[in-house]
Amino acid sequence: MSESAWIGAVLTAARPRAVAALLRYFRNLDMADEAFQEASLRALRTWPKNGPPRDAAAWLIMVGRNAGIDAVRRTSKQDPLPPEEVISDLTDVEAATVEQIDSADYRDDILRLLFTCCHPELPATQQIALALRIVSGLSVKQIARAFLVGEAAMEQRITRAKARVADARVAFETPGAADRAERVAAVAAMIYLVFNEGYTTNVFEQGVKATLCEEAIRLARLLLGLYPTEPEIMGLAALLLLQHARAAARFDPDGSAVLLDDQDRTRWNRTQIAEGLALIDKAVRHRRPGPYQVQAAIAGLHARAVRATDTDWGEIELLYGTLERMQPSPVITLNRSVAVSKARGPAPALAMIEPLAGKLASYFYFHGARGAFLMELGREPEARIAFDRAIALANTPAEAAHIRLQIDRLTAIDQGHARRSSQVRDLGTPDLGKDG
Amino acid sequence: MQYAILCYHDEKVTCAWSKEEDDAVMVKLGVVMERLTRQGKLGPVARLLPTTAATTLRKDREPGLVIDGPFAETKEQLLGFYIVDCADLDEVLGIARELGQANPGGAYEIRPVGVFFDTPKAVS
Repeated sequence: MSESAWIGAVLTAARPRAVAALLRYFRNLDMADEAFQEASLRALRTWPKNGPPRDAAAWLIMVGRNAGIDAVRRTSKQDPLPPEEVISDLTDVEAATVEQIDSADYRDDILRLLFTCCHPELPATQQIALALRIVSGLSVKQIARAFLVGEAAMEQRITRAKARVADARVAFETPGAADRAERVAAVAAMIYLVFNEGYTTNVFEQGVKATLCEEAIRLARLLLGLYPTEPEIMGLAALLLLQHARAAARFDPDGSAVLLDDQDRTRWNRTQIAEGLALIDKAVRHRRPGPYQVQAAIAGLHARAVRATDTDWGEIELLYGTLERMQPSPVITLNRSVAVSKARGPAPALAMIEPLAGKLASYFYFHGARGAFLMELGREPEARIAFDRAIALANTPAEAAHIRLQIDRLTAIDQGHARRSSQVRDLGTPDLGKDG
Repeated sequence: MQYAILCYHDEKVTCAWSKEEDDAVMVKLGVVMERLTRQGKLGPVARLLPTTAATTLRKDREPGLVIDGPFAETKEQLLGFYIVDCADLDEVLGIARELGQANPGGAYEIRPVGVFFDTPKAVS
């Protein structure tokens, strides 16, 4: 590894702790971020000569703090009204040495930083952008690329988020115990959204979007480090790891999305699967199930199946049932129906989703799944109508292509080239059972 | 004489390596390991998963206490380790408890193994 890559990794690793401590001193995201950048520049200059400090984060906090104070002093000379509240903390900051930052401070600092980025007044899109910029340290350019928007638009989104945070002064207080659980849930939700943003992709964008998945996993590990006994955070980390483990198998050489059942499972990342399964085991011991844990458990059952035919669909059906009770939604019922069709056949699956026809009338996956169940039941004319409806609602060319494949199969059945019992593959639903 | 070489590093740093950087390190290590294997000097090699995946069994009390996370005390020293092949955490904990009854005091940290190279012929 080159020297700059090595230092880069150390800076990335130290960043959340250092920026969080600097935020405590300066109570301003821009100042904390600029102070960290200045400290990083000095690190790049001096570490190759002097060797790395023993505690990189402490070094960066100290140097960043001094750089930030200098910057404030320079500004105040030009400014007739020095923003004193900005540096109100400086007396005790001067007195305290960085070495005295103990683990409790560190934990509170990072929580404050995460809570600030996930402030309830910020819309989700701004939370995500702010966290990636400030906590993960991605450049505006990187974030813009991953979200497939222009750099200027992303810059504006982040600037707006920072302005809102600055207006809401309460953001810099560490919330009390009652608020805390809610704020932690907001951070977890933000991390999950970052992941989904990266996971929802096609083959062309998979490279740039993978950054988001990796950052989400890093953030989940960070949050788990702060809440090491919280089973839902274990579940979240496990869920992200188990889904990301399939990345290399999600697209075929032509770039088409490959359904879970058809993926080359030897291409799944076994190390990430092992970590995900270990985290599920830890979470289960707490006997406090939650939606992330249940979704992770479903992903875990897929991961454990060496071949698609080894999948424990009965257990997956039960888990979707649990998820349905926790978060009732027609989409989850639809997902459960796919498991039901695998475990018990198309008839009960079809019966389950017929009542959803109204709610999911304009939902691509509903008509795709319904068509697949009907085809499997030998009700070809009805299946064809459902597939036609699905094609009209397809969001991507890959979705449409998959349905066309199903229609070809129907045509083959019509022509008597295939038997009714020919293998019918489910149409994936937008859940863990489906990729691409 | 057999020796164990125990690897320490800041996992926040190693987790910050990009896949390419991680792969590059593994390739370089692989060159050294291959030579050591040829020389018959290398035994099993394990790369452990992050400490967030760890569970600790404190066996200085009865019954032992299971805690999430790695063993974080500094007054005890690392004295040995086992590699066990188990279906899940419960099975490992069962084995750890049994071992703990044979040898109470201290703690066992249970860490899933991410990568394992078994070269049993090398050390014999």
